Amino acid sequence: MPKIIVEIMPKQDLLDPPGKAVAGALHRFGLKEISAVRIGKRIELHYDRPITEKDIESAKEQAKSFLSNDVIEDVVKVSVED
Amino acid sequence: MRIGVITYPGSLDDRDAQRAIKLAGGTPVPLWHADSSLKKVDAVVLPGGFSYGDYLRCGAIAAQAPATKEVVKLANQGLPVLGICNGFQVLVEAHLLPGGLIRNEHQHFICRDQKLRVENNQTAWTNLFEKDQEITIPLKNGEGGYIATPDTLKMLEEENRVVFRYLELNPNGSMNDIAGLTNERGNVVGLMPHPEHAVEPGFGPDRPEAMRSGIDGLSFFQSVLKQLVSS
Repeated sequence: MPKIIVEIMPKQDLLDPPGKAVAGALHRFGLKEISAVRIGKRIELHYDRPITEKDIESAKEQAKSFLSNDVIEDVVKVSVED
Repeated sequence: MRIGVITYPGSLDDRDAQRAIKLAGGTPVPLWHADSSLKKVDAVVLPGGFSYGDYLRCGAIAAQAPATKEVVKLANQGLPVLGICNGFQVLVEAHLLPGGLIRNEHQHFICRDQKLRVENNQTAWTNLFEKDQEITIPLKNGEGGYIATPDTLKMLEEENRVVFRYLELNPNGSMNDIAGLTNERGNVVGLMPHPEHAVEPGFGPDRPEAMRSGIDGLSFFQSVLKQLVSS
């Protein structure tokens, strides 16, 4: 199924409490070399037909305006998967 | 005076807000998120809760609801709007207030009677408070950590747009201890704590005089009624 993948991460300079909690757990498992964990989102937009340039453009637009909040997050990647 | 309360799927404190409006002397008007008519109300409250299950981001989907779009339009023309907790998150996602709200720094949901300082008593919802008055109202949130860019924080402080600041304990890691904000015009106010849960003796926060006698939240709703009557 053709899909557009939108990947979103919390901004680099902001505290990411879930990432911090997971890093703490990994450290307790003995993986002390992991210096930080950050948790983002992967959003898949599925289509029942081939994806057009226009679809990608509107996905990029929604990724910025609705799917992410630019105060706290960055859209790191918008890609297409078959 | 008719004050609307919007119910979204997942709203929790809409009926408490309606009751608070009634106790303050106003007429509560239930509004539905999918309805773009605000029934000509004189002010609007966006209630607490978990609209759309907090999916995507808290308040993000509710910010796109037909009723919210109408609120944004009328708020920019001066309609008084109060966003409580999830309502504050909706106001931020709808860009009526700047910044963002993220998961509490300590990861836990927190529920407590919270002391606040009223930093700005010139808004539609705080005009019956004294400047620097200390009040106590309940707070209950999981994602109440207020964040903004350094430029935005500077602007908010310089323009006196921080309306409430946490006292004694910052419950969620909010920058500058910010508990609530207003817009440039002072008609839109958003805060994480819940004034609608401190409006009736016997059901509010404890006070030295008597248990559960705190009704500091009532002044929010009386303030907007006073402003509407005098305008």
